Amino acid sequence: MIRDITLGQYYASDSLIHRLDPRVKIIATLLFIIELFIVDNFIGFAICAAVLAIVIAVSKVPLSFIMRGLKPVLFILFFTFALNIFMVKGEVLWSWKFLHITREGIQIAVFMAIRLVLLIIGSSMLTLATKPLSLTDGIERLLSPLAKFKFPSHEIAMMMTIALRFIPTLLEETDKIMKAQQARGADFESGGLLKRAKALIPVLVPLFVSAFRIAQDLAMAMEARCYRGGENRTRMHEMKLRKRDFIAFILMAAFLAIIIIEARMF
Amino acid sequence: MEKIITIENLTFEYTRVEDGAAIRALDNVNLEIDKGSFTAIIGKNGSGKSTLAKNLNGLLIPTSGTVFVDGYDTADDDSIWEIRQRAGMVFQNPDNQLVSSIVEDDVAFGPENLGIEPEEIRRRVDKALEEVNMGQYKQKAPHLLSGGQKQRIAIAGVVAMRPEIIIFDEPTAMLDPKGRKEIMKIIRELHEEGITVILITHFMEEVIEADRVIIMHEGKVLLDGTPYEVFSQADVIKKANLELPIMVELGQRLREKGINVPEGIIKEEEMVKALCQLKSQN
Repeated sequence: MIRDITLGQYYASDSLIHRLDPRVKIIATLLFIIELFIVDNFIGFAICAAVLAIVIAVSKVPLSFIMRGLKPVLFILFFTFALNIFMVKGEVLWSWKFLHITREGIQIAVFMAIRLVLLIIGSSMLTLATKPLSLTDGIERLLSPLAKFKFPSHEIAMMMTIALRFIPTLLEETDKIMKAQQARGADFESGGLLKRAKALIPVLVPLFVSAFRIAQDLAMAMEARCYRGGENRTRMHEMKLRKRDFIAFILMAAFLAIIIIEARMF
Repeated sequence: MEKIITIENLTFEYTRVEDGAAIRALDNVNLEIDKGSFTAIIGKNGSGKSTLAKNLNGLLIPTSGTVFVDGYDTADDDSIWEIRQRAGMVFQNPDNQLVSSIVEDDVAFGPENLGIEPEEIRRRVDKALEEVNMGQYKQKAPHLLSGGQKQRIAIAGVVAMRPEIIIFDEPTAMLDPKGRKEIMKIIRELHEEGITVILITHFMEEVIEADRVIIMHEGKVLLDGTPYEVFSQADVIKKANLELPIMVELGQRLREKGINVPEGIIKEEEMVKALCQLKSQN
């Protein structure tokens, strides 16, 4: 059961968006986030939403899948909406005791809510349409110029790759330990929060021990396979920018130009 | 016969964590391994067999004595990568030696570390996966595969580095009988292709496949020879608390009961043949 957990939230498909170079997708996502903060009127948000809608349509990721990602952040969304709507000072439209709603408050609250929704959907598109491993590869290569300044870009990417690889292994291990403890009468399901947290200690301690054992084994196996850091290391999958990636870059530039012009005009 | 590994007076000691005492895991071991041979090393837990394996590719460095792999001294820091490329190693736990969450990327890990050209890595990865019959699993995630399949991926990862020697450190210990058979078949095939195989194991049934058997006991080489030579010394093996291969044991018991099967029978087919012959004579 515990093995069924999907990694990250990748949605497998063979769409054009999926096939784009991960570096292009990372840069596009960063640009999109910046653009969301340049925009300050409804037309601008409408343009952003339209672009995002096109990307979603091309990526073939079902909308229900994307909406699921919004659920956990709904609380933050309402919270910021409420804060903005009541806290911003300006022309008062409605008031009750100490609560005032202002015209400016509504505007900022609505803009902020739209901005957050687009931001979450936009960045989740990156993980939905990019394999976790290509994503770490892309990050490694985008950060590689920083290696000159001793920034450990290869090490960070390697750590992410290994973390992705061992999530299922550690989940299985947790499952095994919990079952072993349950077989000896451990109770994880009843009692208050404190009692349940305490019940997890006999799971966490062996889990840590086995995590260290796994790390030791893996380090030895990696050394045996001649691993010596990022220097002189080649990669089987070369990242080459193709025609579609350049077209994506041109579209991104056009989109950015439109957003800047639009923000200046209105 | 060309020697690919030469071990001279190898002693290895480690410090026990609890009391800081020096424990001698290997005690003055001298061995030579022929190029292209299939050597099985067997012994019970704590006999030093795994420590010996890790001394063969520089994962452990001798406390005293020397180990030469294809002419390189494992204690020499400058040649450590040459040695590890030549002497690949497959470990016991298939889960803890795979690096990537995609099968083909994991197989590519070794060649990538060697700095080989991308197209060449591609060729090697495809070939290595074909050799272990895992070609159709290229894009799969290792955690969804069986233990035997994961171990085959680990073997492919080593094969893709084009080693001269592959050291198998109890590769079947965590597998079910089916997985164990698959792995043994692949080990035999690799040996037939000319790779020097060193198999560390505690399964007697796997040892009889080898053309040389070394029995380790308390950090020393207790017996060394062909399976026939080694298993004819049943009393020495039993003294080391090891079990005899089933057919050797059966032959002994039959002889005790007065049924005259010849000595030196190790494999099942040989026993069947001998018994049929006896029956037809009567």
